Amino acid sequence: MGLTLSWLSIIILIPLAGLFLKSFELSPEQFWNILSSRRTLNALRVSFGLAFAAACVNLVMGSVIVWALVRYRFPGRRIFDAIVDVPFALPTAVAGVALTALFAEKGWLGAPLAALGIKVAFTPVGIFVAMIFIGIPFVVRTVQPVLQDLDPEIEEAAGSLGASRWQTIIRVILPSLAPALLTGLALAFARAVGEYGSVIFIAGNLPNVSEIAPLLIVIRLSEFRYADATAIAVVMLVVSFVIIFAVNRLQRWAQSRIPVR
Amino acid sequence: MTIEVKNLVKKFGSFAALDGVDLKVDNGELLALLGPSGSGKTTLLRIIAGLDWPDSGEVSFNGEDALAQGARERHVGFVFQHYALFRHMSVFENVAFGLRVQPRAVRKDEATIRARVKELLDLVQLDWLADRYPSQLSGGQRQRIALARALAIEPRILLLDEPFGALDAKVRKELRRWLRSLHHEINVTSIFVTHDQEEALEVANRVVVMDKGRIEQIGSPDDVYESPATAFVHGFIGESIELPVQVDGGVIRLGDRPLQLAAEGLAPGASKLFVRRHDMLVGPAGSGAFEGAVQHVRNFGPVQRAEVALSGGETIEIDAPRDKELRAGDTIGLNPRRYRIFAG
Repeated sequence: MGLTLSWLSIIILIPLAGLFLKSFELSPEQFWNILSSRRTLNALRVSFGLAFAAACVNLVMGSVIVWALVRYRFPGRRIFDAIVDVPFALPTAVAGVALTALFAEKGWLGAPLAALGIKVAFTPVGIFVAMIFIGIPFVVRTVQPVLQDLDPEIEEAAGSLGASRWQTIIRVILPSLAPALLTGLALAFARAVGEYGSVIFIAGNLPNVSEIAPLLIVIRLSEFRYADATAIAVVMLVVSFVIIFAVNRLQRWAQSRIPVR
Repeated sequence: MTIEVKNLVKKFGSFAALDGVDLKVDNGELLALLGPSGSGKTTLLRIIAGLDWPDSGEVSFNGEDALAQGARERHVGFVFQHYALFRHMSVFENVAFGLRVQPRAVRKDEATIRARVKELLDLVQLDWLADRYPSQLSGGQRQRIALARALAIEPRILLLDEPFGALDAKVRKELRRWLRSLHHEINVTSIFVTHDQEEALEVANRVVVMDKGRIEQIGSPDDVYESPATAFVHGFIGESIELPVQVDGGVIRLGDRPLQLAAEGLAPGASKLFVRRHDMLVGPAGSGAFEGAVQHVRNFGPVQRAEVALSGGETIEIDAPRDKELRAGDTIGLNPRRYRIFAG
């Protein structure tokens, strides 16, 4: 108990406290001015908005991938299963370079998309794509064990009671997976908000358009405006914390309907 | 509802789970499918329910082809060995599920559904658990809820797959009796699968004994116990002594020793002699068809069980009344009161 608390403090709480202390060097007015500046607001909007959108896409696509991996036996299944982990393992800068090359105007995917008039690299769409890329394993890996544990007999039971396939999915399978899905969503979201390496290569980093909040922090730091940097960091911290807390509550609520066995 | 199964075959790879099964189930029957694991009994049940499909053969309900319908359309109540309750739903919602997923055109209104669920929970005597979740119930309670859930759709047929298999011995006995009286009350054609002979003989009106994907015998509990049709049935039901014998020229031999047993009408060749343990009567040495030395004696409730080494070399176990004096080391004569000989 004592060890746990000390360790937790050293690793997590003290750095966070340091962050808050640093931001107190600013007067409330200065703090407010930094935050309400157009550039900061836009950076936060880009980071949180796109991260949330990417997490939602990951939730849907991740569920589809998990379903295929758990319920179907197809050639190469193990390889696909391993590939899911690539975004976990790949250094984010490498991922960024790879995505940029792929979606650049002359890239394999960039060229046909450009022909359709869709520009991905160096736009917010690029950020969105990078966030989807790095978030997908979080959904897959949190939902996978829960789906594996889900007894196929409950689907047979639902079917023999007269439920259609669709009713079985909506009324039986999804509610059973809800806590895991929410956890996956939260993790993918948190990762996307904080993502730096893979995003900055593909983003273009135009202030107010495709500049993410973590990048803005780095820029402020390189300008030696440490207090500005920490102010943005504190906001990110608080917002992330609130969102994680909310998801946690949601998850609790979902779990309370499925008491522990 | 009558069920008719004709020449059903189902293979899993090269393993024949069902190898030509014919079966007729009468309206209102309570039928047991009894057999060891791998005998195909669960596969047969699942095919009747529409959860599996045969490679060939026919299944019909009241004369109409059931294989043309999926599980959803067959209106069959299925109770799983491990209950398969919906964990995220209360007991009430579990039972109500089948009523809530009905097509809008025939779905009952909320008040009717509530009344029906209440009625079913009363039937399984668990109305006080309506708001609990499955994880808060004991195994026996879960199985009764699973049964109530299956009955909610007013099934034409009720199928139970090892319904008491996951329960402890005492609860199992209670539920057996309860299932019998419940069947008496609702009187819907029911089939249950079990590997427990006592369960099959105690609960069912008729017992179907299966082995290796085939039906060995169909009959009343008395029939299958008193007059087993095959060597497998004799060995599987009741506790039997099995001895390899030779029949030739009207004489039955165990090893090279002729036995003083009637051999009329028996086909010559290698055969198996079956005697129930309690049908082997103990007498003084030299008085019976067999002779042997008592090795151990243990008491089992009303009987004593003795291990006897026959003079031919085989060791058998017999059940004798407690008042018979038996001690290890005694040489005794044994005479079968009843026995059966099967060729092969």
